[in-house]
Amino acid sequence: MSDQFEPRLIGFLCRWCSYNGADLAGTSRMKYPPNLVPIKTNCSGRVDPTHIFKALAEGADGVLIAGCHPGDCHYINGNYRTAGRFPLMHKMLEQLGLEPGRVRLEWVSAAEGDKFARVVTEFTEEIRALGPLGWKTQTDVDPAKPGTAASDRVEEAVPA
Amino acid sequence: MAEEKIAVYICHCGTNIAGKVDVEEVTRWAAEQPNVAIAREYKYMCSDPGQDLIKQDIKEHGITRAVVAACSPTMHEPTFRKAAGDGGLNPFLLQMANIREHCSWVTIDGDAATEKAKRILGAQIHRLPLNVPLEPIEVPVNPNVMVVGGGIAGIEAALKLAATGKKVYLVERDSSIGGHMAMFDKTFPTLDCAACILTPKMSAAGKEPNIEMLAYSEVTQVDGYVGNFKVKVKKKARYVDVDKCTGCALCTEACVVRKVPNEFDQGLSKRAAAYIPFPQAVPLKATIDPTRCLTLTGKKCKQPCVTACGPEAIDFDQKDEEIEVEVGAIIMATGFQLWDPTPETRYSYGHLDNVISSLEFERISNASGPTGGHIVCKNGEPPKSVAILHCVGSRDENYQEFCSRVCCMYSLKFAHLIKEHLPETEVYECYIDMRTYGKGYEEFYKRLMNEGVHFIRGRAAEVSDVGLSETEQGHLIVKVEDTLLGITRRLPVDMVVLSSGLAPRDDAKATSQIFGFGCSANGFYLERHPKLEPVSTITDGIFIAGCCQYPKDIPDTVAQAGAAAAGALALVDNPTVKVEPTISYIDPEKCSGCHICVGLCPHAAIQYNAEKDAAEVIEAACKGCGVCVAACGSGVPQQRGYLDEQIFAEIEGALVI
Repeated sequence: MSDQFEPRLIGFLCRWCSYNGADLAGTSRMKYPPNLVPIKTNCSGRVDPTHIFKALAEGADGVLIAGCHPGDCHYINGNYRTAGRFPLMHKMLEQLGLEPGRVRLEWVSAAEGDKFARVVTEFTEEIRALGPLGWKTQTDVDPAKPGTAASDRVEEAVPA
Repeated sequence: MAEEKIAVYICHCGTNIAGKVDVEEVTRWAAEQPNVAIAREYKYMCSDPGQDLIKQDIKEHGITRAVVAACSPTMHEPTFRKAAGDGGLNPFLLQMANIREHCSWVTIDGDAATEKAKRILGAQIHRLPLNVPLEPIEVPVNPNVMVVGGGIAGIEAALKLAATGKKVYLVERDSSIGGHMAMFDKTFPTLDCAACILTPKMSAAGKEPNIEMLAYSEVTQVDGYVGNFKVKVKKKARYVDVDKCTGCALCTEACVVRKVPNEFDQGLSKRAAAYIPFPQAVPLKATIDPTRCLTLTGKKCKQPCVTACGPEAIDFDQKDEEIEVEVGAIIMATGFQLWDPTPETRYSYGHLDNVISSLEFERISNASGPTGGHIVCKNGEPPKSVAILHCVGSRDENYQEFCSRVCCMYSLKFAHLIKEHLPETEVYECYIDMRTYGKGYEEFYKRLMNEGVHFIRGRAAEVSDVGLSETEQGHLIVKVEDTLLGITRRLPVDMVVLSSGLAPRDDAKATSQIFGFGCSANGFYLERHPKLEPVSTITDGIFIAGCCQYPKDIPDTVAQAGAAAAGALALVDNPTVKVEPTISYIDPEKCSGCHICVGLCPHAAIQYNAEKDAAEVIEAACKGCGVCVAACGSGVPQQRGYLDEQIFAEIEGALVI
C-alpha cells in the first residue's frame, strides 16, 4: 500500500434513491475508491447537522450526503429540507474553519449507479488533496463499550 | 444496560464476497469487537442451513443481537429478519452490513476491500446494542385495484384481476381503451389482425362487472401508501351524456367542423369535432373536442349534432368531474410513444413527401385507415419500390442508445404486407442487425428472405430527393453503405418507411412523480430489480407492466401484465399488510409546542394537541422519513429504528479503524 493519505469518508445515503444507486453501482461492478463508508437513513431529510458534526469529530475527513433528485423524494419533499439545511450548515462549518469542499450534497437516483461511483471517486480525490481534517478529540465513549453513554437515553426515549 | 451478545455472520456469497474480501480475517477481527459473542463465516448465509445457523445460535447461545455481513439489505434483510424471528429474537435486533454491493463488488484491491468491510461491519456492531425490539405495524388493505392505462397491458391486467373477483378501476386518458395496438394492421409473426385479437378483450373489459371503466379520465393526485392509496381521478367532460349515448355516430357525421387532424390515423385523415376515435371503440361513446367545437370555443353554431342526436345526449354544460377512489394496489400500464424521427434531419421526415413513420404505415396498410388499406404514396399511386430503414433514433448515441426490440420484426412485417398488397413492388430493408429473437421470429425472417425482399446490411445515411442521374429523378434516394458488399449504394425508391423505436412518453417522469416511484436513466419506469422484480417498483403497492417499463412486443406485454396482476393480487388478497414500524415518536413532556414540525411533515402526520400543548404523531399516517426529527431544535421527536444515538453509534463504528 502506498504512503499517500487515505481520506476517511462518511456518506449518508437515503434508502430509496441514493442507497439503491450505490447498490446499482455494485451490481454493475463499477469500481471506485474504498474510502467512503455508507450510512443509511430512510430519507436525506433525516440527516441532522449534528450527524455531520459527529462524523467530523469522530475523525472523518469529509462527509457526503446523497438524496433523491428534487421531485423524486419517496417522502415527497424530505429532500427539499436537506437542500434548505445544507447551505446554512455549510456557512456555519466555514465559520468554524472548515474548507467548503469537505461536506458535499449530491442528488443520486436509484438508476444512477455510474453517478454514485463518479461522485465517490471525485470526492475521495478532492479530500485527498485537502489533506486530513484532524478534528477528532476525546469523547465520552469508552471504545470497549460503544454507545453506553447514550444507552440510558435510548431506553427511555421511545416507547416500543 | 446488560451486556449484549452479538452474533456476527460473514457470508462468502460464493466468491462474490470471498473472492475479494478476506472473509477469514474479517471474521477474526469481528470476534475481537466489543459485545461480539460469536463470529462465524459461511458460504451462503441466505440458504436454509445459513439461516439455521442464526436460529441455532439464538436458541443455544442466548444471542441477543445479530449482524449478517453479506449482500444489500434490499436483497435479504427480510430473509434474515424472519430467520431471527423464527429463532425467537425480535427481527429488529438484526442488522445487515452490506459488504457486497458496497464493498467486494466495487473495490479493486483486496486489502482495501477487507478494511472497508471491517468498517461497514464495525458500524453495525456499534449500532446493535442500541437497537430495541419493534413490532411491525399491520394496516388494513383495500381489496380494490387501479389500473392506469387502457392499452393491451392494462386491459389484460384488469381482466385477470377481475376474474379473481377483485374490483378494478381501469383509467384511460383517451376516449376509448385499446392503446397503440388498436392502430396496428397485422401483428407479427402470426400476422393476426390486431383489431381481431384485441377487440374481444376490449369488449370483455367493457362488459366485465368487476371493472369500472374510467375512460377519458386522468389521475391528478395520489396519496396514501400500500394497501391504502387515495387516488383523485378527473373524468374529463365529453359534452355527451354517456348514459344516453348509443354510439350511433350520427353526431360525428352531422358536425360542421370536419378538418381536425385525426390523431388515430396519425394525422393522415381528418375527423370532426364530434368524434368516435375508431369504429370498435370501447366505450362506444361520442366525444366532443372542446378545442375545436364551435359552441365550446364561444362561436356560433347551429348545433346539427344536437338535432341529429335521437337520445338527446349532447350536453354542452357538462363539466369535468373529480372523483376520489380508494385502492390497495396500482398497476401502471401507460405505454409508450413512437420516437419522432424529425430530429434526424438526414432522413428528411416532415420535409419530403412519402417519407413516413411506422405508425403512419400501419394506418395506411390498415383496411379501416385513411387509404382504405391501399398502400399508396401521397399522390394516390402505389409505390413501385419501398425502402424500410431500421434503427431510426435507436442504438444511437445522439438519440436513444437502447435497442427497441420490436422494430426489426415490425419492419419485416411491413415488407411482407407490401409484398402481399403489391407483389411487383421492390422492397429494401436497411438494417444493422436482424433481431428476430422471439418464438416464430427467425422463421418469419427466413420467410421474408424467400419473398424476394432485398436485405442491405447498413444503417441508412440519408434520404433525399436529389437525383444524380435520369433513373434517380423523381424518386427518393436512400444512401446506404452495404457493409457486406463493401460499397455505398443509392436506392431510388418511391416510399421510405422509418422504423423508429419506442420512446418513453413525454410525461412519464411527471407521471412517476405523481405516483411516487422512479424512472430509469432512459426514461422508462424503473423496476424494483431488473431480473427478479420486473413488475414491481421501489414503492410497495405500485406495479408496472408493458412498454412503460421498456419496449417489448405484445406476447411479453401480455405476460408482464399477468405478472403485475399476480403481484397486485398477492397484496390485496390479504386483509392486512405489514409496514415497517420505523415511525416517529414525540414525547409530550419534552415538546414545547412550537409547531415547527407540524408544518414540515410531508404526510401531514403531525398534529398539535392543544390540551397537552405538544405536537403528536398520527401513527397511521407517519411514513418514517425523519424530517421532523432533524428539524426539531430541541431534539424531541425520535424515529424508532433511526434514533440519533443509533446513527451516532454507526458513525463511531465506521471510523474506529
